[in-house]
Amino acid sequence: MKQPDLNDLPNLADVPALVAEMGQRPGALLPILHALQDRFGYIPETSIVLIAQGLNLSRAEVHGVVSFYHFFRTSPPGRHVIQICASESCQATGGRTLEAHARRRLGIDFHETTPDGEITLEPVYCLGNCACSPALRVNRAVLGPVDPQAFDQLLATLGSRDPHPKPWKIEPTGTTDAGALVKLYVPRDTTTIALGADEVAARLQSSIDTQGLPVTIVRNGSRGLYYLEPMLELETDAGRIAFGPIQVADVETFLASKPWLHPSKHPDYLGLTEDIPFLKQQQRLTFSRVGRIDPLSLPAYEAEAGFVGLRRALKMLPEEIVREVTESGLRGRGGAAFPTGIKWQTVLDTPSATKYIVCNADEGDSGTYADRMMMESDPFAVIEGMTIAGLAVGADRGYIYLREEYRYAEWVLDEALKRAEAAHFLGQNILGSDQSFLIEVRLGAGAYICGEETALLESLEGKRGMVRPKPPLPAIHGLWQQPTVINNVLTLATVPIVLAKGAAYYADFGVGRSRGTLPVQLAGNLKQAGLVEIGFGQTLRTLLTEFGGGSRSGLAIRAVQVGGPLGAFLPASAWDTPLDYEAFARMDAMLGHGGVVVFDETVDLSEQARFAMTFCAVESCGKCTPCRIGAVRGVEVIDKIMSPVQTQAARQDAVDLLKDLCDTMIAGSLCAMGGMTPYPVLSALEHFPEDFRRGEVIATDAMNPV
Amino acid sequence: MLQYFDPKQRRNPEIDYGTPAAQGVPVSLTIDGRTIEVPEGTSIMRAAMLASIKIPKLCATDSLEAFGSCRLCLVQIEGRRGLPSSCTTPVEQGLVVQTHNPRLALVRRNVMELYISDHPLDCLTCPANGNCELQDVAGEVGLRAVRYGFEGENHLAAEPDTSHPYFSFDASKCIVCSRCVRACEEVQGTFALTIDGRGFDSKVAAGQDEPFLDSDCVSCGACVQACPTATLMEKTVVEQGQPEHSVITTCAYCGVGCAFKAELKGDQVVRMVPYKGGAANQGHSCVKGRFAFGYATHKERVTTPMIRDRIDAPWQKVSWDEAMTFAANRIRQIQQQYGSESVGGITSSRCTNEETYLVQKLVRAAFGNNNVDTCARVCHSPTGYGLKATLGESAGTQAFESVEQADVIMVIGANPTDAHPVFASRLKRRLRAGAQLIVADPRRIDLVSGPHVQARHHLKLLPGTNVALINALAHVIIDEGLQDQAFIDARCDLEAFARWRAFISEPRNAPEALSAALGVSSETLRSAARVYANAGNAAIYYGLGVTEHSQGSTMVMGIANLAMLTGNLGREGVGVNPLRGQNNVQGACDMGSFPHELPGYRHVSDDRVRQTFESNWGVRIGSEPGLRIPNMLDGAISGTYKGLYCQGEDIAQSDPNTHHVEAALRNLDCLIVQDIFLNETAKYAHVFFPGASFLEKDGTFTNAERRISPVRRVMQPLSGKADWEATMAFSNALGYPMNYQHPSEIMAEIASLTPTFSGVSYQRLDEEGSLQWPCNDAAPSGTPTMHVDQFVRGKGYFERTEFIATEEKVNRRFPFLLTTGRILSQYNVGAQTRRTANIGWHEQDLLEIHPQDAEDLGINDSDAVQVASRAGETVLAARITDRVQPGVVYTTFHHPESGANVVTTDNSDWATNCPEYKVTAVHLKKVQRPSEWQTAHRAFTETQVSLMTQAAEQGLDETA
Repeated sequence: MKQPDLNDLPNLADVPALVAEMGQRPGALLPILHALQDRFGYIPETSIVLIAQGLNLSRAEVHGVVSFYHFFRTSPPGRHVIQICASESCQATGGRTLEAHARRRLGIDFHETTPDGEITLEPVYCLGNCACSPALRVNRAVLGPVDPQAFDQLLATLGSRDPHPKPWKIEPTGTTDAGALVKLYVPRDTTTIALGADEVAARLQSSIDTQGLPVTIVRNGSRGLYYLEPMLELETDAGRIAFGPIQVADVETFLASKPWLHPSKHPDYLGLTEDIPFLKQQQRLTFSRVGRIDPLSLPAYEAEAGFVGLRRALKMLPEEIVREVTESGLRGRGGAAFPTGIKWQTVLDTPSATKYIVCNADEGDSGTYADRMMMESDPFAVIEGMTIAGLAVGADRGYIYLREEYRYAEWVLDEALKRAEAAHFLGQNILGSDQSFLIEVRLGAGAYICGEETALLESLEGKRGMVRPKPPLPAIHGLWQQPTVINNVLTLATVPIVLAKGAAYYADFGVGRSRGTLPVQLAGNLKQAGLVEIGFGQTLRTLLTEFGGGSRSGLAIRAVQVGGPLGAFLPASAWDTPLDYEAFARMDAMLGHGGVVVFDETVDLSEQARFAMTFCAVESCGKCTPCRIGAVRGVEVIDKIMSPVQTQAARQDAVDLLKDLCDTMIAGSLCAMGGMTPYPVLSALEHFPEDFRRGEVIATDAMNPV
Repeated sequence: MLQYFDPKQRRNPEIDYGTPAAQGVPVSLTIDGRTIEVPEGTSIMRAAMLASIKIPKLCATDSLEAFGSCRLCLVQIEGRRGLPSSCTTPVEQGLVVQTHNPRLALVRRNVMELYISDHPLDCLTCPANGNCELQDVAGEVGLRAVRYGFEGENHLAAEPDTSHPYFSFDASKCIVCSRCVRACEEVQGTFALTIDGRGFDSKVAAGQDEPFLDSDCVSCGACVQACPTATLMEKTVVEQGQPEHSVITTCAYCGVGCAFKAELKGDQVVRMVPYKGGAANQGHSCVKGRFAFGYATHKERVTTPMIRDRIDAPWQKVSWDEAMTFAANRIRQIQQQYGSESVGGITSSRCTNEETYLVQKLVRAAFGNNNVDTCARVCHSPTGYGLKATLGESAGTQAFESVEQADVIMVIGANPTDAHPVFASRLKRRLRAGAQLIVADPRRIDLVSGPHVQARHHLKLLPGTNVALINALAHVIIDEGLQDQAFIDARCDLEAFARWRAFISEPRNAPEALSAALGVSSETLRSAARVYANAGNAAIYYGLGVTEHSQGSTMVMGIANLAMLTGNLGREGVGVNPLRGQNNVQGACDMGSFPHELPGYRHVSDDRVRQTFESNWGVRIGSEPGLRIPNMLDGAISGTYKGLYCQGEDIAQSDPNTHHVEAALRNLDCLIVQDIFLNETAKYAHVFFPGASFLEKDGTFTNAERRISPVRRVMQPLSGKADWEATMAFSNALGYPMNYQHPSEIMAEIASLTPTFSGVSYQRLDEEGSLQWPCNDAAPSGTPTMHVDQFVRGKGYFERTEFIATEEKVNRRFPFLLTTGRILSQYNVGAQTRRTANIGWHEQDLLEIHPQDAEDLGINDSDAVQVASRAGETVLAARITDRVQPGVVYTTFHHPESGANVVTTDNSDWATNCPEYKVTAVHLKKVQRPSEWQTAHRAFTETQVSLMTQAAEQGLDETA
């Protein structure tokens, strides 16, 4: 056995000081573990006793936490970590092929490191890049779409990649005397960066500089028309004009065409951005600023009605704010659709000196990326919404629980928080009032279950992300047992417009009990994937055809999964159902967080059903029995159904058992993870039964050789 | 309608109600058609159980908070969606609940099917067979088949962890209910266990997924107790099978007084299980009581009476009668030759109240003098003196339960996690719930900082400066006007208070003046005083670090002063609480074991009291106090004291200044030792009465909270006689007749003669489980909290507490202070625990020394270090640790060969002669070989063992 090189042993000398300093924060364990993993690449086992002593925890507790989160590792990884997304949206666009290719090419399986110590391969469940799947992440950079060729190219250039890239930097945006210059908007969010927007921006800037062109660049988030990204926009008197997609290779010709003089002559000319049908047909309320402004510019935010809601809220009584939100009909956009005003009312009515606002930014559902967009493209809206929530219920402290996979969003949020506090939109005496509110971003560590609100609270407290039973409700006993508002990013980001324009304005959109708009995220196998914010009531078919433009592959669309990995697979017959929480619930489906993942006719629904169970097995917190054991048995029973060496009767027994298991999971699970995993499975069984007979076909063929 | 409101109403400890009791306003609901009223906050599961409706469950147990993981206890509630778990759902007014119907049955059976799909089907060969909750619930839900088969992913190949000496961990049988993890956290407060990984990979892990023995596990057994399967299982059960009957009794280790269910096969104890009905421990235990009972049947037990003429002669095994005659003749000869005052007895704090009572009765009635003392002399005699003087009763003021109401807890000179572990768990639970902690101790005990515990202040005072500390704290309270004047005015002697106030206000008692002597900053002292004084409820817990000083009694009075000063007496959550060392220290004191006191702390000079006893016993009792232990030893050396009957104590090891003790013992003409082993003292004995362990007799123990608990015989005395029977026989041989048929008759006599015990009887104890004295007509149910409306002495008395530094000071010759203490795995002189697997945790006593001092002296870890005082010297192995402060060294005294007490001096408390174990000025030197005493001790031990072996061989000849 190779003796460990003493020089390789991590130097833990200053760990106690780090723990002592960071330990001042409540629930400091996860931030400390992140800091150590950032430094060492892993959590050295020997550091655990130091952390435990510093935080008045036991070694076992720290070990339990480290072992719970997939992101944390206790042995050094390879020089580069490549995470391949294994979720549905990527599966719908060739993700399985990519996975297989990567394993074969590297000669290792997931969780393994190449013998030369260069590459560690890990699966990841969604990178929020679902509009451009399949995706992968190399170190902190998200790439996509990635096909096997692109993967090989990545490997070829990996040696020159810095495994520890510097964090994103603030880019100068819109020079001060911009009046004389043409404004060119260049997108910047995770997906557009994955598509090359940063390289485009850099090339543009260098050409503008060398050629002395009268152009100034503004980095503006993304409009969410990802099929056109990187999409550049020129500001003109008539409005912004769009060009796209523009790749690095296109930059020189783009500039040479002097588009600010002759826009329409350019081959990628798209006309006025607002007139692009994909955007024009939307009703952007929550996303009104997204992609229009520099996300970190406070003047730009204010110029587009930013902080109007907060200024109004500061003049209102808490119960008046809550009433406004209640009357808007806003429901939790995280998926559960619980009326936001009622939740706030409960927190307001629960007496306590300490209350919290928690923003659930653990957007783990495959096919959803609206939270990411919101945080990356309009972070002040999230901050404003949380602050208003704080005023409404009497909380002066907020946390944004952000998934680890969203490092760019983390950077944007941290920067936005700094700026908002410096400008007194946050902190003590907000805008000169006697109100205070502080927000801190806390990073998750690779656990889907932490999107479940009680597991999220446990994680924020620095514990294993184990689901808590309800009651008690988090609104009454939430974070550190104090009354807590937990809302999704979109819910909170919608609050400013509700306050700014009034409840009636917002409630005017939508149908039935589903008021307002839903930011739908089109993903998977679609020609035109992207964000569509639209009033409730449109049909799924409209989204697929009018917005989505049909499948990317050109093959017929066969199944659509709405609402993330726990959502049902819907066949064509269900696509005319209007987007409405109740209408979806009636067909054992859900709108959830508004993710729409499209599969073409090559999809095998037995495989998707199997994946639903696999995903549950991988991400289950392990607390309740139906989820912990049931998910594993679910995979096995589906394998039994699909096995060619089965009698007809045995196969039928296995199908019955699968249905029984689904019933047990629905009825018996502690939280929605185990309770809803059966929906994709049952919907696949019900609507696509033929896919579950493939084993039968093989068996029959084997018995009757041609 | 069924009424279930009173939260204090006793429940059947044999029933698991699933979730802990709640205390709220009554709420009524309907479960399976029956209307039930329970306190708000009660779970539906508990409400159902209270009405004898049993809902299947696996992860719930009433010692732990509801968890909601197993999903077997699902119920249906009218008007609510889904199937909520009954353990996590609280009752609400008017709920209509169904606990059993076909829908629930189906889901439960299917959940159970999932469990069993990952569980071995070896019920018939499983150690839990016949006592397995998993098996029971599988039966209840009617599981008939596992349709998933057994080829799927599973944990069946998991390797058992057998590293622990007392229990095994077989992960293949684990159902991941987390009861063990939660028990370690919620009940024990050690947090040694966790769940490793998540989802299907979740598994119970000790520490950082390491063998149990390497983890932070303190072997309390709570996890084993909580496990519903065979995963965590006592090795004795694995080896011997399930026990077939059980007896409830009281533990014979430490002053907590835990109730245990001794589970047996015939007369063989298979395991000791902490008893939920035990008021002192409420179902919890520590490594000693739970596991270290094997000494009772250890091969070194001496079970035959023995006699010899001289201590260098071989022992002769004899019959009980011969031994009694021999002993009685010798005592009578001595008395003829040297006078009736030349003999005496020492009662045992490890024996029962009844046995202790009989020994002091024998001394007073048969020996005819007051020369009786007990080991409390060397531990808690200052408690008796100090509390009697200030409050009027020689006992702690609270029940253990009281700690659950405390807001600030001050621990002075006690190390509860090692010495009183079960109480420590309760204390830590309260700390986790938000109470603040102040620790006053020269050494960093575990309570100072650990998982979920952090002392607000650790007053790291120098050994010997307790009184300075308590004075400084009191000074601040007066200085800053933080006292509870209303309480003082109403409850205390105001003249005494005024005198004391003038004294304590003097600048020399200010923190600023005392800071240097204490080694604690004045700011810290002031802050600690404020924290204590400003708490709603502040409670003081103290141990031998308070009493075993030349000013032990002064310190106890200072503590009482502080509590009176701040009004922290007379209700729950407050008080002055001595943590008693041995199991029956309180009882031994109560039973009149002191030379100046008859049972119930009544002075022998009190004619009326004496007459009561005289008329009952039919003898004359002297009105002058007899000899204390140190007087006896001095008398032995000077030749005036010649005969000693020593029951169940090992003064040769436990008393200070071993040279002095040994010299005294060698001088005795007749030393009668009654013990279960040939202990250090017995090596100097002429008569050996084989003792009986607590498993071999009936009786009662009284714990630190004045709780009298029954001790019940689970096996026949190995020697044929329980200790009370031996004492009785000895008394009869001496010519003073005793004729009790059963210890209950002794208790009846005690109750008839002792006003604080008048309501105590075996029948009441059987009915109530235990009783806290005073228990009489005024307090028929006993007295959990003392001094409620007024102090026992009437007005509380502020005693002046002048700080006088001990003579044991560091100087150039003896530059270090040695202090002593205990360790979790061992008990007192170690005679019991050293004869169990506990020895593995503490094979030798070590000398703790600060790294800085070690460096100065060139001492490395494990080096042999000579520790020399003006009394003597010994050699111990060094352990370098910053738990001790520079200039202070520390050791334990659990091994006789360590000779810790060779070093301790005969300094003692001014009032009670309690030895100053805690402060000895010593010199340290790295050496290569044991001390002279140690060499001599080894040789002497070898001789005595060979004299014993000759007796054993002779015994064999006799039986052959």
